[in-house]
Amino acid sequence: MQLIKGHKNSSHSSKAKNISSALAAATCALLGTPAMAETVDEGWQIDTALLYYGESDRVTALEGVVAGKKDFGDEHIFSGKLVIDSLTGASASGAAAQPGVQTFTRPSGNGQYTIAAGEIPLDDTFKDTRVQLDAQWTQPLWEDMRGSTGIHISNEYDYLSVAFNGSFARDFNQKNTTLSAGLSYAFDTIDPEGGRPVPFSEMVVDVGQFASEEAYENAFDATRQEGSDDKTTIDLLFGVTQVINRRMLMQFNYGYSMSDGYHTDPFKVLSVVDSQGLTQTLLHENRPDERSRHNFYWQTKYAMDNGVADVSYRFSTDDWEIDSHTIDSRLRFNLTDGSYIQPHFRYYQQSAAEFYQPFLLDGDPAPQFASADYRLGEMTAYTLGLKYAMTLNNGNELGFRLEYYQQGSKNSGFSEPGVLQDLDLYPSVKAIIAQVSYSF
Amino acid sequence: MSHPMNKFVRSNIAKLSAVLVIIQLAGCASLGVQPWERDLLAKEEMTLDAEGIDLGLDDHIYFSKEATSGGRAFAGGGCGCN
Repeated sequence: MQLIKGHKNSSHSSKAKNISSALAAATCALLGTPAMAETVDEGWQIDTALLYYGESDRVTALEGVVAGKKDFGDEHIFSGKLVIDSLTGASASGAAAQPGVQTFTRPSGNGQYTIAAGEIPLDDTFKDTRVQLDAQWTQPLWEDMRGSTGIHISNEYDYLSVAFNGSFARDFNQKNTTLSAGLSYAFDTIDPEGGRPVPFSEMVVDVGQFASEEAYENAFDATRQEGSDDKTTIDLLFGVTQVINRRMLMQFNYGYSMSDGYHTDPFKVLSVVDSQGLTQTLLHENRPDERSRHNFYWQTKYAMDNGVADVSYRFSTDDWEIDSHTIDSRLRFNLTDGSYIQPHFRYYQQSAAEFYQPFLLDGDPAPQFASADYRLGEMTAYTLGLKYAMTLNNGNELGFRLEYYQQGSKNSGFSEPGVLQDLDLYPSVKAIIAQVSYSF
Repeated sequence: MSHPMNKFVRSNIAKLSAVLVIIQLAGCASLGVQPWERDLLAKEEMTLDAEGIDLGLDDHIYFSKEATSGGRAFAGGGCGCN
């Protein structure tokens, strides 16, 4: 050992290393611990991204992500993620377009907004900042078996969601087959500005009929429920991952999700129209307080000589009678050793919820549940995108993604009385998604 | 009254089905690769959650804009997203 002290003789030094490695291996063998190769500290893998999402005339969101992952040795892996997003702009309120100007009360009860003739009513009150934190720990439990547990927190001004998850995965057949089972429990609390509306209560619009400000406030308060409300969601997820051959990998997932509690959107309303199609009143929506969903998901990855094909299909069905089909595909083409382009195509189609109604007819019996939220209506959407990423000289990766997303809503068989026939009740939504990502 | 011949046919069909099922299961077990054939599958871009940041951002967008979520991962929890 004295030989290497203070000397730069490489052959001596390497001999000494060999001897110490051999000693370490022998010690490990004696202690019964596996003689692992020297533990290499891989350090943190950090991924960051900034995403812009902008709808024409509607919502604009900016979302920043910082994610870190570290292997603490022997596949004991921690991963964490911080997401901050800010949202501004307008969102469809559910009210139907009309041939005349419409006046609405803001959900907070403070102030009004007007919508021009022929325009779909958009509530431009939205301004929110959301912070999301995720932490996940994964480690081997015993031979061929891994366990993972994590927490997810998402908090915004009027909404808090806390979720815990746990899962097991077991490899079979020389790690060619992996079976997994997971459980997630989420608890959401909602406390909207201005309170939760009483289901099907009429929107109070001050058009000069109130003798005082206090009279208006009393009328508004009568349409609101006290306190916050909540929702719990239990998710079960079972998966099989199978290596097909040297180039192909497949995954099948079945997910069951059951939620119980407040599902209503406190900011959405329905127009009640007469036989001429003219709005008489506006009612706050009401959704069922339970929902159970089944998801069937299949994904295939195929290694091409100069890239990767990634195709997935999802079928989802639930007891709100929303069935949906999603096809998502990403095709990566390597341009050089360190750069690639990746076209992205996604197609989505959903049927309407059984209680979806674009409007209510005056004089019809009141339904138990109803919502005019277009996101619960019949819809087809597609995304077209392109990503370009390159590895920089320092080994870090820089990527750019630009996508176009379009939603087309459809009338799922509602006859439109009078003036509604000449109005666009199902406008399409168009959005641009732009993202820059950097990994180091 | 069942004819002895029918019984014979039925038991043979049962045996044949069992054999077919076993062959198919064996077929499943024969899927996959040897450990030294994992050169392509071991690439980072071949992992199922490659580009996890992009997938997470997409999940959040579509969760907010469509009525379905989950499939690839858990569906639950959420936000008051508009």
